Amino acid sequence: MSTTSKYEPVIGLEVHVQLLTRTKAFCSCSTEFGAPPNSNVCPVCLGLPGALPVLNRQVVEFAVLAAQALNCTVNETSIFARKNYFYPDLPKGYQISQYDKPLAEFGHIEIDTADGGKKRIGITRLHVEEDAGKSMHEGVNASDDRTSVDLNRSGVPLIEIVSEPDISTPDEAYEYLTRLKEIILYTGVSDCNMEEGSLRCDANVSIRPRGQKELGTKAEVKNVNSFRFIKQALEYEIKRHEEVIESGGKIVQETRLYNPSEGRTYPMRTKERAHDYRYFPEPDLLPLVVDQKWRDEIHARLPELPEARRARMMADYGLTEGDAHTLTLTKAMADAFESAAHKATNPKRLANIIQTELIGRLKAAGLELEDSPISMEGALLSADLTEAGTISSKMLKDLYDKCFERREDFPAVYEKEKPQQISDAGELEKIIDEVIAANPKQVEQYRAGKKTVIAFFVGGVMKATKGKANPALVNELLPKKLEG
Amino acid sequence: MNIERMTIETAREQVARKQTTATALAESFYKRIEAEDSRIGAYLALSRERAFAKASEIDRLVADGAPLPALAGVPVGIKDVLMTKDIVTTAGSKILKNFKAPYDCTAVARLERAGAVILGKLNCDEFAMGSSNENSGYHPVHNPHDLTRVPGGSSGGSAASVAAGMAVATLGSDTGGSIRQPAAFCGVVGLMPTYGRVSRYGLIAFASSLDHIGPFTHTVKDAAIMLGVIAGRDPLDSTSADVPVPDYVAEVGRPVKGMKIGVPDEYFAEGLDSEVRAAVEKSIDDLRAAGCEIVRITLPSTKYAIPTYYIVATAEASSNLARFDGVRYAYRAEGAATLSEMYRRSRDEGFGAEVKRRILLGTYALSAGYYDAYYLKAQRVRTLLAREFETAFAQVDAILTPTTPTPAFKLGEKTNNPLEMYLNDIFTVTADLVGIPGISVPCGKTRAGLPIGVQLLGKHFDEGTLFRVASAVEHAAS
Ligand SMILES: [Zn+2]
Repeated sequence: MSTTSKYEPVIGLEVHVQLLTRTKAFCSCSTEFGAPPNSNVCPVCLGLPGALPVLNRQVVEFAVLAAQALNCTVNETSIFARKNYFYPDLPKGYQISQYDKPLAEFGHIEIDTADGGKKRIGITRLHVEEDAGKSMHEGVNASDDRTSVDLNRSGVPLIEIVSEPDISTPDEAYEYLTRLKEIILYTGVSDCNMEEGSLRCDANVSIRPRGQKELGTKAEVKNVNSFRFIKQALEYEIKRHEEVIESGGKIVQETRLYNPSEGRTYPMRTKERAHDYRYFPEPDLLPLVVDQKWRDEIHARLPELPEARRARMMADYGLTEGDAHTLTLTKAMADAFESAAHKATNPKRLANIIQTELIGRLKAAGLELEDSPISMEGALLSADLTEAGTISSKMLKDLYDKCFERREDFPAVYEKEKPQQISDAGELEKIIDEVIAANPKQVEQYRAGKKTVIAFFVGGVMKATKGKANPALVNELLPKKLEG
Repeated sequence: MNIERMTIETAREQVARKQTTATALAESFYKRIEAEDSRIGAYLALSRERAFAKASEIDRLVADGAPLPALAGVPVGIKDVLMTKDIVTTAGSKILKNFKAPYDCTAVARLERAGAVILGKLNCDEFAMGSSNENSGYHPVHNPHDLTRVPGGSSGGSAASVAAGMAVATLGSDTGGSIRQPAAFCGVVGLMPTYGRVSRYGLIAFASSLDHIGPFTHTVKDAAIMLGVIAGRDPLDSTSADVPVPDYVAEVGRPVKGMKIGVPDEYFAEGLDSEVRAAVEKSIDDLRAAGCEIVRITLPSTKYAIPTYYIVATAEASSNLARFDGVRYAYRAEGAATLSEMYRRSRDEGFGAEVKRRILLGTYALSAGYYDAYYLKAQRVRTLLAREFETAFAQVDAILTPTTPTPAFKLGEKTNNPLEMYLNDIFTVTADLVGIPGISVPCGKTRAGLPIGVQLLGKHFDEGTLFRVASAVEHAAS
C-alpha cells in the first residue's frame, strides 16, 4: 500500500474465539474436538422440543477473563438474545448470542506501528454466544444431493470480539490479530487454533479520501483462515475499492470470500440480502449478572500480560527488547525461561542460547517447546557451563546437535560427552607458561593493571587444551603466573 | 368401583388399603377410556406399557408394606405438549406425527416418581395455540357436558378427560388461559402456578416467558397435592425459581374469615354472560358470608392485555417453532429440490392454519423497524400491568373474577373469527403476562347445564392463599 494514495482505508475486525471449557455453553456435553459426528450431543444442543439452555459458569469466567485482559469494562448485567435464522446446522433455528447488552465493552489493545510507534485499537464489545454445528458436503455417501450435519460443535462457547474501525492498514490488521491472539493465549481461555476453527476472523473494510470524516461503503470479508490471508485479502480489497472508485464506480455493500490460491476475493454466491435476524431477549435465560465481587475474583486470576511481562523481563534479566519479544511469544516459553533464568549465572546467556541454539533446532525438527529433548534445566546447565568457560560455543553446538539426534536431554549427553579434564597442576602450568610466553603484550597490559585481560588467557589455555583444562584450576593458577 | 369423580385421595387410599390394586385401577380407567373417548376425543395416545409397569411397581410396594408416595397408583393423563420418553409426543401437530420423545419432561418425571400411573397423552390445540381445541392437528375434543360444545383450549383434552372420569388428574399448560378456561368450560379445577414455580423443562415451548405447566383435578385439594409434587427448582430450567415449596394441602379448608378479596370492575363489564355473572356474584356472596371482606378494585390497563399478549406470545412462538424445520426430526416434505423449498414445504404442510398465522404475526412483530413499536412496547405494558397488580395486592389477599366471559360455546361457532376467539381469553391472559398464579374453580351451572368457573388470582408464589380461598368457594358451591 503506498502511503501516498489519496485514499485512507478504514478497517474493523470481528474475531470469534472458542473458549476452552470442558463442556458446552448451555448443556453438559463435551467440547472435545474430533469426536465421531453427532456423538457429543443431548436434547439441548440438538434443539429437541422442550429442551432448555442452562448457562455454563465457566463460560462466563473465561469470557470475563478475556474481557479484562483486553481492557474492557465488564457490564454488571448483560442479556442473552436470540439471533433468528434458518440453517441446517443451526438446530434451534436461532443462535443464543448477545445483542444490545453485551458482556463487555470499551476495551483496547496497543499495537506497534510501521514507523516504530504505538497505536491504540479500540474494542467496541465482547460478547458470549454459542457455535452452530457443521454442514459437511463432502465425504458422505451420495454427496451430490446430500448434506450431512454434525452437531458436535453446536453449543460450543464462543466470544466475539469486535474492534473499532481504528485499523488503517493491512499490516496494522495483522499486528492487531497477532497481539489479540497473544493476549488470549496468555489468559489460557482459548487455544486460538485457526485450523480447528477455534479462532475465526471477519474483516470490514472501506476507503475514504484522506481527511474525509464520513466513512465509505464497506465490504465484509468472511471466514479467512489465517492472519496472512487476512492481510492479503485486505490488500486486495483496498486496491479493488480504489480501482472501482477511481473509475467512477460505486462500492456495493456485500459479503465477500477470499480465495487464497488466486489471491482475490469474490462476492458470496448466495443472495445474501440484508439479513433480519429479529433479535430479541432470550426468554429461557435470566439476565447475566457479574457483580463486583465475581469480577474481582476473576481479575485475581488474570496472568501478567505480554506487554507488562516484556518490560519486567528486560529489567530483571538484562534482556534486550528483541530477546524479551522472542521469549514471550507464548506464555509457555516465557514461563519456561523464567523458571530457569532466576537460577542462571547469567540470564542473558541463557536467553541467547535459547534463541540461537534451541528455538532454531526445535523449528527444524518440527517440535513444540513441550516436546523439546532439551529441558529448561538442561538449557540452564549448558548456559552455566558456557558462562564458566567450561565448554566452548562450538562444543555447545555439538552437544545440542547430539541432544536432538538422540532425543536426550543436555545433562545426560554432556555427562557422556564431556571432555576428559586436565586437572594435573603440573601439566596445566606448562601450558599456561607457553600461553604467557606467546603473548607478551597482553602480559604487560595485565601487569599495568588491566585485570580483565585474564579472560584472554583463560581462552588461550582452553584453546590450547581443546577445552579440557579444569577451569577452576586455570582460574587459580593464571593470576599467580601472570603476576610472576 | 365408581371412578367417575374419583379423587387422588380416594384412589391412593383404595390402593393402599388393598381395596383395589394399582393395576386394576389403571385397567378400569382404560376401560372407561375405551367406552367414552370415542365420543369425546380427549386422548391422542395411550401408554399402556408404561402405565402397567408403574402400576405393578406400586402393587409390589403395597404387597411389601413399603411406604407409599403421594400419588401411589393414581391414574393421570398428560397434555401432549409435555415430552414423555418413548411415548409419541406431537403437541397436537401433524408436524410431529409419530415423534417419540427421547426424554421426560421434569413435571412428568416428578409425577411418576411420586407414584402416578401415566395413562396416555391428551389432545390439545396444535402447539397449545387455541381456545377451543379445534386447532388440534388430529381431531377436536367434545365437551363431556354437551358434546356439541367445545371443551375450551388449548388444554381441552386435559380438562375433558378429568370431567369425563377418564383420569383422576391431568397436566396441562397455560400460556394465555389454556388451563383455566377449559377447566371452567368442563367444570373441573384448573391451576396455573406462578411463573417459575414449576419447571418448563420438557414442555414444548409456545411462548417461553408465558408458558406454565399446571394440574387439572376434580377438587381444590387434589390441585394442592399435584402442585406439591411438581413444584420446585429444577436445575434444567434457568427460569425455575429457588423458592421453597410449602405444604399446600394444609391451606385447603383453612377458614377465610377476615381475608380481603378484590373484585376488579374491568372484569364485570359489558359482554359478560348474565348467567356467568350471576354464578360469580353468588361466589362473592358466599365468600362474604364466610367472613371475607370484598373490596372493589380497578385494573385500568386490562384492556391492553389481549393485544399485548398476542404480540409477546406470537413473537416468542415465531422463534420457538423455528426448530421444526424438517432437518433433524419432525415432518419433512418429499422431493424438495432446494433447501429453501424443503423448509417452506415442510412447514407449510406440517403446520396448521392458526400456527402459521401466529408465526407470521410474531415474525412481523420482531422485524427490523417494528421491534420497538410492537415487542418492546408490549414488554412495557407487561411492566405496567405488573405494577397495577402490585398495587392491588397491597390492598387485597386475592382477586376474584369470572374465568371466562361465557360458558362453553358450540364447535365451529368461532372458527372463522380468530379475533372473537382471542377475546375468549380476556380474563385469563393478564395473569400469564404478569406471572402470577391463577385457579379456576367450578361455581355453578347454567340452566342448560353448562359449567361456570370462577377465577382467583394471587400474589407471586402465593398459591397457598389461592387454595385456601378456592376451597371456600368450592365448599359453598357444592
Ligand atoms: Zn448438549
